[in-house]
Amino acid sequence: MTEATAPDALHAEWTKLRTLASTWWLLLVAAAFTVAVSAAVAAAYRCSGGPAACAPTATGADPAKISLSGVYLGQVIVALLAVLAVGGEYGTGMIRVTLAATPRRLIVLAAKTVVVTGWALAAALAGVLGSLLAGRLILPGHGLSVANGYVVPSLLNGPDLRAFCGSVLYLVLIGLLALGVTTAVRDSGVAIGLVLSLLFLFTIVAAVIPNQDIARHLQQIAPMTAGLEIQATEGLSTLPLTPWQGLGVLALWAAGALILGGLVFRLRDA
Amino acid sequence: MIATAPYQSPVRPGRDGFAQLLRAEWTKFRTVRGWLIGLAVGVVVMAGLGLFTASASQTSCQAQGGPAQSGAACMPSFTLGPGGEPVTDSFYFVHQPLTGDGSITVRVTSMTGLLPPANAQLGSVGPPSTGDTRPGLYPWAKAGIIIKENLNQGSAYAAMMVAAGNGVRMQWNYTGDTPGLPGAVTPANPRWLRLTRSGDVITGYDSADGTHWTQVGSVTLSGLPSAVQIGLFAASPQYTIKGRAFAGTSTIGLGPTQVTARFDNVSGVGGGWTGEDVGRPLDYNGFGDYHQAGGQFTVTGTGDIAPVPEGHGGGADSALTVNEYLVGTFAGLIALGVVAALFITAEYRRSLIRVTFAASPRRGRVLIAKAVVVAAVSFVVGVIAAAVAVLAGTAISHSRGYYVFPVSGAAEVKVIIGTGLFAAVAAVLALGVGAIVRRGAAAVAIIVVAIAVPMFLAISSAVPLAAGDWLLRLTPAAGIALQQAYTQYGQVTDVIYSPLSGYYPLSAWAGFLVMGGWAAVVLGFAAYLLRRRDA
Repeated sequence: MTEATAPDALHAEWTKLRTLASTWWLLLVAAAFTVAVSAAVAAAYRCSGGPAACAPTATGADPAKISLSGVYLGQVIVALLAVLAVGGEYGTGMIRVTLAATPRRLIVLAAKTVVVTGWALAAALAGVLGSLLAGRLILPGHGLSVANGYVVPSLLNGPDLRAFCGSVLYLVLIGLLALGVTTAVRDSGVAIGLVLSLLFLFTIVAAVIPNQDIARHLQQIAPMTAGLEIQATEGLSTLPLTPWQGLGVLALWAAGALILGGLVFRLRDA
Repeated sequence: MIATAPYQSPVRPGRDGFAQLLRAEWTKFRTVRGWLIGLAVGVVVMAGLGLFTASASQTSCQAQGGPAQSGAACMPSFTLGPGGEPVTDSFYFVHQPLTGDGSITVRVTSMTGLLPPANAQLGSVGPPSTGDTRPGLYPWAKAGIIIKENLNQGSAYAAMMVAAGNGVRMQWNYTGDTPGLPGAVTPANPRWLRLTRSGDVITGYDSADGTHWTQVGSVTLSGLPSAVQIGLFAASPQYTIKGRAFAGTSTIGLGPTQVTARFDNVSGVGGGWTGEDVGRPLDYNGFGDYHQAGGQFTVTGTGDIAPVPEGHGGGADSALTVNEYLVGTFAGLIALGVVAALFITAEYRRSLIRVTFAASPRRGRVLIAKAVVVAAVSFVVGVIAAAVAVLAGTAISHSRGYYVFPVSGAAEVKVIIGTGLFAAVAAVLALGVGAIVRRGAAAVAIIVVAIAVPMFLAISSAVPLAAGDWLLRLTPAAGIALQQAYTQYGQVTDVIYSPLSGYYPLSAWAGFLVMGGWAAVVLGFAAYLLRRRDA
């Protein structure tokens, strides 16, 4: 019997994830929650004044960003999906079988990374496209209309396309961040707590801290705040980072988590 | 036949009361090192984030022509009311001294006013008397009668007034406000007002016809000296537009407004009136004025007599609230949620739950014992963290030149205990969810989605304000109202009362009930499932 190759490891990981009912449920829930929250936030937004009171300069509203509010919730489910892909194996002891079959641990981690990326991509695409549709249908009737000077969210419009594609990438990167953290800490419950604290912690502190300089720096290094700048289509000059720089910060966090996870995974007993 | 006695174990049966169960669960809890670390992390993030917020900031300021200063020298100063709270106290006062008991009665026959132009931008508006204005009344423009300790800003008072858009009111000592007759004043629909003083007690009455009087309120201004000022007043607050869409958007002040009220049938006091501006209304002197012709008084004034809540603009914008030290609560709740959820899911993972149920077959009691343990532990964690954050945070902010909106000692205790309750209920909720889903990661994710995400969305400017308020009414995050330290004043409308400023849509008890209701339902369902399901 020969040692498992990379394609074998990939096939094994795909089979493990595919045959769990919870994976499919989480995929569905991630997409559904994203769309539902986006639609609810869009419906809660309402500017009922005239064209002057509802002009983009008066409200500061960003239709693309409002349409994509559901990503705040969707990312939790995507993170959970990624956490369970690794943490579940530790919970049941399956990881020992996996490593017996594929002793080269970095190949296992790489295979998991590929599979989780694909899964997160599917959830993100469904959620983000649904959110776009909800925003298109709801927002023009709530004061963010063309007549008031807004762009109806559309994939044919450059900044909107950036916001939507960027949100998909954002969700995938959140999945990878969660994967790396879970590989490092091994316990699903602790891992999801850590990942979600990391996401929300900086943002809350930045919102409350009275020192504006520190708040801005926090927003620049926070994985969620920086990453979600990719959703901005209005007022780009006031952002602490440009949209792609922001997504880059999140990519660095994800890469850092994966490297840390990989190192720990390589050096430690399972 | 040999008779054999059935075997009887010499070991006396153990007692399986609730106390033993509780002790067993507590032993399980305290002997897992990871959970104790989790609690420590909870305290550290809960208190630490608040202290970081307080200590990472430094004010700097420079007086005109003076050296640049920083820290405590820059503490903004507010006019303080009798209760020690910041207040606005500037209005036009037509007064005369009153010694001992007495009373004043007037009829208000009309109110008119001036507002900044409809297209005004911030900073482009001069005093309303300089022209470039439009007629109109600010809804909280006030005119009426007042008994005031002296002419100093912030001194004690009680007043009966007509508010342009809010009917007759009795107000006292800045924070007190009781409604009287509704409706606006017109010559055809005048309002009669009366104030009587008897020692420290001032009683206000209103009437539509001057014959049939109704008592609006009776207040005690403790320590009111014998010699006070009594008379007519007029005040109209700063015109503001509120950016109400998102929580992060602030109010935009657009300059002063003015009100002119006509009084007649003034009785109960002698002659000899003096008119003057109390305070310097909005940095413009000489806004107010009065004319007396026969029994007719026309009083014009600007300014306000009201509390200054957080988020009011000016110096109040850079001031802090105790809620800012409690920013770490949500992170602490995640840590406690992880511990509480794992407290039951780890038993499933290790199959310890079977031993637990073998030893104590009444499963509902096991769940209750676990709930008591996590609730008590989380309460202690919340109280310790909140006490450290609030007390040390306030001290740090003061040393760094930040004004902190005052709360009474009782309110401080309420916030600290409230944080403990918030943490305890959150932990019980997490335990219940853990018992239902039986998997640690799923339970933690659900708890975060149910508590921390709504808190985050409402406090950061991520969703529209109205949506954020509903999140804090309906979700388990409603429990954050237990941290409410400040009062929303209906009579001060140029402020955004948002969760970011520490104003939550529910009262402390209502928030506790909503969150407790969630916890009770979830725990009840968990107990039902525990009984129905195999372990």
